[in-house]
Amino acid sequence: MAGSEAMTRMLWLQGASCGGCTMSILESGASGWFDELRQSGIDLIWHPSVSEQTGDEVADLLEAIRDGRERLDLLVLEGSVARGPSLSGRFNMLAGTNRSIYHWLLDLAPLADYVVAVGSCAAYGGIPAAGVNPTDAVGLQFEGSDVGGALGSGFRSKRGLPVINVAGCAPHPGWVMESLLALTTGDLSGDGLDAVGRPTFIANHLAHHGCSRNEFYEFKASAEVMSERGCLMEHLGCRATQAVGDCNQRSWNGGGSCTKGGYACIACTSPGFESAQNYLQTAKLAGIPVGLPTDMPKAWFVALAALSKSATPRRVRVNATADHVVVPPSRSGDKRSP
Amino acid sequence: MTRITVGPFNRVEGDLEVRLDIERGRVARAEVTAPLYRGFEQILEGRPPLDALVIAPRICGICSVSQSIAAASALRQAMGVMPAPNGVLATNIAHAAENAADHLTHFYIFFMPDFARASYAAHGWHSAVAERFTATKGSAARDALPARARLLETMGVIAGKWPHSLAFQPGGTTRAIELGERIRLTAIAASFRGFLERVVFADRLENVLALSTPDELDRWREGRDGDFAHFLRLADALSLADLGRGPGLLMSFGAYHDADGARFRAGIRSRSGAIEALPVAGITEDVSHAWMRETSLDPAESRTVPDADKADAYSWCKAPRLAGQPVEVGALARQAIDGQPLISNLVTSGGSNVRTRVIARLIETAQLALSIEGWIKALRLSEPFCASSADIADGHFVGLVEAARGSLGHWLAVRSGRIERYQIIAPTSWNFSPRDAEGVAGPLEQALVGTEVGDAGARAVGIQHVVRSFDPCMVCTAH
Ligand code: SF4
Ligand code: SF4
Repeated sequence: MAGSEAMTRMLWLQGASCGGCTMSILESGASGWFDELRQSGIDLIWHPSVSEQTGDEVADLLEAIRDGRERLDLLVLEGSVARGPSLSGRFNMLAGTNRSIYHWLLDLAPLADYVVAVGSCAAYGGIPAAGVNPTDAVGLQFEGSDVGGALGSGFRSKRGLPVINVAGCAPHPGWVMESLLALTTGDLSGDGLDAVGRPTFIANHLAHHGCSRNEFYEFKASAEVMSERGCLMEHLGCRATQAVGDCNQRSWNGGGSCTKGGYACIACTSPGFESAQNYLQTAKLAGIPVGLPTDMPKAWFVALAALSKSATPRRVRVNATADHVVVPPSRSGDKRSP
Repeated sequence: MTRITVGPFNRVEGDLEVRLDIERGRVARAEVTAPLYRGFEQILEGRPPLDALVIAPRICGICSVSQSIAAASALRQAMGVMPAPNGVLATNIAHAAENAADHLTHFYIFFMPDFARASYAAHGWHSAVAERFTATKGSAARDALPARARLLETMGVIAGKWPHSLAFQPGGTTRAIELGERIRLTAIAASFRGFLERVVFADRLENVLALSTPDELDRWREGRDGDFAHFLRLADALSLADLGRGPGLLMSFGAYHDADGARFRAGIRSRSGAIEALPVAGITEDVSHAWMRETSLDPAESRTVPDADKADAYSWCKAPRLAGQPVEVGALARQAIDGQPLISNLVTSGGSNVRTRVIARLIETAQLALSIEGWIKALRLSEPFCASSADIADGHFVGLVEAARGSLGHWLAVRSGRIERYQIIAPTSWNFSPRDAEGVAGPLEQALVGTEVGDAGARAVGIQHVVRSFDPCMVCTAH
């Protein structure tokens, strides 16, 4: 391919995935993702959902990479690595190759400059690893929050980095593109990752930051049933004070977010989010939510909650349990000189 | 006779493998393998029933709203609640937006790029098609992807995000739409119509939907711009109407229910063209050629127990049957059963084939654009969007919806407040099913027979057209 030497060569594979990460990334770019990639200097050498090459053309490409005849800069995996049954990988074969995705990844990952897990499945195992984990699904380098996974704790790609985990189910398209581009520009290094491999430019924020319900949170004015406007933490399961991600500082699909949409954050960027149960109900002990903000001592929370509840303005209290604004902000501040 | 294997099969959702026996340059027999199993039904067992709203959508990133709605519908029966009318409308808007976005993705990203392949370079039409539709490089994607993203802004208003939202609940939807948001929805719907009328059809949607016979369609496309007319000319040049003949029996679970019933009605259409009521109780799943243990044929009673070493099995997909017959599902079935004039006439004269499957999707997209406009207007902003939920009863419940690719069912059994069993039959489980105990092949396996392969072997582009004309979703298929 002309000009391809100077471009970053990216191969995207799908393991035990729902394809949702690809559906998300296809929303990226003002003139479409393909233009955006080209403009950013990324040559998408193959992607299962969008590329022309099929069948033996793909098998030939993968063999050429494996045998060192073709260069691989970025290896992206979407979906968990289904290792079962009995480490055969047969729950997820790459069609036409008589070889499992698990085994293809073992071959290809060491040959890439960088290996990127897109989505919580590829990062930590995700939904396929829930419950009895029928397919022995793991992430590329994590099994839940335990380092290891398909490639093992010692794995480093050719540039010396562990797997970069762009967690989320599905991740925001911006998280994926910004992580890929930060790698191509050399701006993402090992110390730009947190303890479970997530880029800190995303993971240094909490999903709660910037939520449109923050005023309700401050006063512990809580929604009691779905579709009410109040904070979703006390009763309806919101985990955003513990889940990392700048989810509420970005616009999803032109302006949404989970909590804006009226439902709890289920901490989809966290390893093991799939093992929770009763997602839309807050687990409580003696009336106090079990999952408190990570850095807030329980006694404080209880004292603050009691104080702020007693000081809640009527507007906030009433609107918290309504689905439309019932009490608008006071107009007293609107005085205009005639 | 020679046997060839085709795969990996890209530009579908997920991956699939097709094994073909070739005789005198044509497919004599086909076997379709779903090569991925994740075990959602096993994962759901034992959980609180409402967890299905988190787990089930994640079966599929491309039809996640459909999966949500199927789960919510089964749970609604378990709760015995009536959804708020606004919630039903908002669900319809989001569901239609997802299905229309899927149809666009299929046409522009998955299906059309095959005509830009070098193997067609000798044809006079090739250079224009290559400029427009070459995978990742053609000009069409620069139009279609932003239009798709804009349409999916519907989700930012109604569902928080897409894919994978928790906005679709048994009682309705979780965000009450305000006036400004309704106006935004209206603007999104207007840009969607604008894209369809400018780029896809080069005509008013009303004019497109007024076409009712194959002859009218042929006259309409003469000299017309737009990607639909472009496809119609290609379809004639390559005789796509003679390619990929389906098994004949069509089914739809009915779609977009509101106070007036279903926008697209439920039913079956027999080979003779008779439309009949949907016999839900006739649905079974046979595992004779799936890597699955036998439990029960009835999805309300069966479980999913993988057995990777089972003899004579060749797919992770079970074989759904209706009264023992393989069935084709999808936009073509939905529109033929609903009596859409053009699609009904095309199916009557030529059966289901590659050309008509694609036409049905685009005609349906035009209809959805109009329906979305109507549902947005029908929202009553001062009324609730979500009815309160209620306790979940023990028992058997079924959620039946139409995803973009066809009929999707969730069979839920609740016992002592937990999910006892959960069975999912997805659209591509029907279309790409393996053989059953009688040896009857699935719809794609039948549709591939007779396809010309010539000297191209596994690279024969006709195979690609037939497979992709079904818009398969292989991640749903075995789930
Ligand atoms: S709903 Fe969740 S994210 Fe929003 S303020 Fe409450 S705790 Fe924070
Ligand atoms: S708000 Fe929570 S559930 Fe939603 S995307 Fe962010 S981390 Fe995931």
